[in-house]
Amino acid sequence: MTKAALALTGVALPASAPVLRAEPGPVREFWARLAARRTAMVGLVIVVALILMAIFADWVAPYDPIATDWGAIRSAPSWAHPFGTDEVGHDVLSRIVFGARASLGAGLTSVALAVALGLPFGLIAGYAGGVVDMLIMRLTDALLAIPFLILAIALAAFLGPSLTNAMVAIGLSATSTFVRLTRAQVQAVAAEEFVEAARAVGNPPWRIALRHIVPNIVPAILVQATLTIAAAIIAEASLSFLGLGQQPPEPSWGSMLNVAKNFLEQAPWMAIWPGASIFLAVLAFNLLGDGLRDALDPRQRT
Amino acid sequence: MTPEPVDRYPLLSVRNLSKHYPLRSWWGGKGSVFRAVENVSFDIRPGETLGLVGESGSGKSTIGRAVTMLNPPSAGTVAFEGTDLAKLSAGEMRRMRARIQMVFQDPYAALNPRMSIGDYVAEPFKLHRPAMARAERRDEVEGLLARVGLDPRFARRYPHQFSGGQRQRICIARAIALKPSFIVADEPIAALDVSIQAQVVNLLQDLQDELGISYLFISHDLRMVRYLCQRVAVLWHGRIVEMAEADALYEDPRHPYTRRLLSAVPVPNPVEERARLRAASLLPPADPNATGGLVEVAPGHWVADTRYS
Repeated sequence: MTKAALALTGVALPASAPVLRAEPGPVREFWARLAARRTAMVGLVIVVALILMAIFADWVAPYDPIATDWGAIRSAPSWAHPFGTDEVGHDVLSRIVFGARASLGAGLTSVALAVALGLPFGLIAGYAGGVVDMLIMRLTDALLAIPFLILAIALAAFLGPSLTNAMVAIGLSATSTFVRLTRAQVQAVAAEEFVEAARAVGNPPWRIALRHIVPNIVPAILVQATLTIAAAIIAEASLSFLGLGQQPPEPSWGSMLNVAKNFLEQAPWMAIWPGASIFLAVLAFNLLGDGLRDALDPRQRT
Repeated sequence: MTPEPVDRYPLLSVRNLSKHYPLRSWWGGKGSVFRAVENVSFDIRPGETLGLVGESGSGKSTIGRAVTMLNPPSAGTVAFEGTDLAKLSAGEMRRMRARIQMVFQDPYAALNPRMSIGDYVAEPFKLHRPAMARAERRDEVEGLLARVGLDPRFARRYPHQFSGGQRQRICIARAIALKPSFIVADEPIAALDVSIQAQVVNLLQDLQDELGISYLFISHDLRMVRYLCQRVAVLWHGRIVEMAEADALYEDPRHPYTRRLLSAVPVPNPVEERARLRAASLLPPADPNATGGLVEVAPGHWVADTRYS
């Protein structure tokens, strides 16, 4: 084995070994472990491809997604319209491509919101303990008592139908998960001896929380975030399906399904492609999340 | 009666230190109290190493964490250079930590796995010398790593790339970064291979000679304590039962518990060993209810429970 390979497997080199280049940090080491997992890499490739597709939708899509072609209503897949057209003559492929913006955007934004809210509250609850912990956790319990999708639908209905409100509703619904996870992780890490060592050297509490605890809980949060993105994509599709998300004529996979349900027999392609897209995106994020969980598992370190 | 400083002004003066944990009864009400440490007093002089020995659960680590205020005592005073540590505010105590450091038992757990060891060793400077320039701090860190016998180029590596002995050196480098006058070493070699233990103990000794650091050396390794410590205190059920100069304690143990503890160090001679074990079993049982102070039975030799003086 080469020296680099030894370092990657976590074997400490003898003190006398010459150091020829920068040692791999945890990031590069984690990347090597992730790259070794084929399913995770498949998930990552699909996720990256979908994100690129969403970003460069203007170049990828063959047609304007909201342009109607009255000469091609519910036409079956053809060379002109590879995925067919819908009931008002929208090109389905173009709507899938632009719909990725709504779906992935909703998934990423809502989870970013959930983490941005959940992490600080979980950190405070887990690190401060006492009455503060009690208050935050009882509130979280109350939110967790309501099923995720039901809460998202209720919030979205309350905020009014729009894609932005759907993102906020999904994000708020997912927040309690991250509060709980962060709190549990913080409590586990705070009991570690290096946290006491950090106190012994004179770290103030805020610095212990940010410099010593947070970096050690990021992996768990990252895994949960990836898996929650998959759930959020489904939630966005559900809200759009119910008319609470993306508003017509702007495309979203969920709202495309909503329209397609009326034409399942006459134009099944209207339902198949958005359904397959949701399936693919959710699968990719789940594969990636599982791979991340394995690659970041500290028990696999030597 | 408590031991008075004999020749030099004490660096650390611990008086009547107790640590109690309330035990809750099953219905959540006030139960009895677990006395982890009871009425412990000792001094540590500048440049001295005091050994604290006792079996698991005798309260050794509790004392270590109490004198560093990581887990403040329930009663009693801890005076460092005449300052009562319990009276300091949180911020004052943090500043005081530049002078009082700690080395922990498990070097695998004491290092933050997501912090490079360079950052880890640099942390005391960032906290206590915020004005220090980055380049100067890097030089200091490299000097410290070299001082404890590690290649300074290791600074960018992470803890899992090091062995246990190397990790303990990293912890020691961080502990001595600000040239503290007092270090609590809580079983610093217990988690290390025997071949590495001597290296780490010698490093601690060299640093003491160089920097004049005082140690509270907590250990259950009686031979290592005799080798490293000038004075030794024997802890039993949270109380000091005997405290003396190391030679006096090992040559002339007075308290039954000390004798039993010393007899637990095996002698590599089966006949002698059997005789010693028999003698130890004939010792009168130590009195767990013996309270109050220690009695000086010889100059600097203190024993609890006057029956054995």
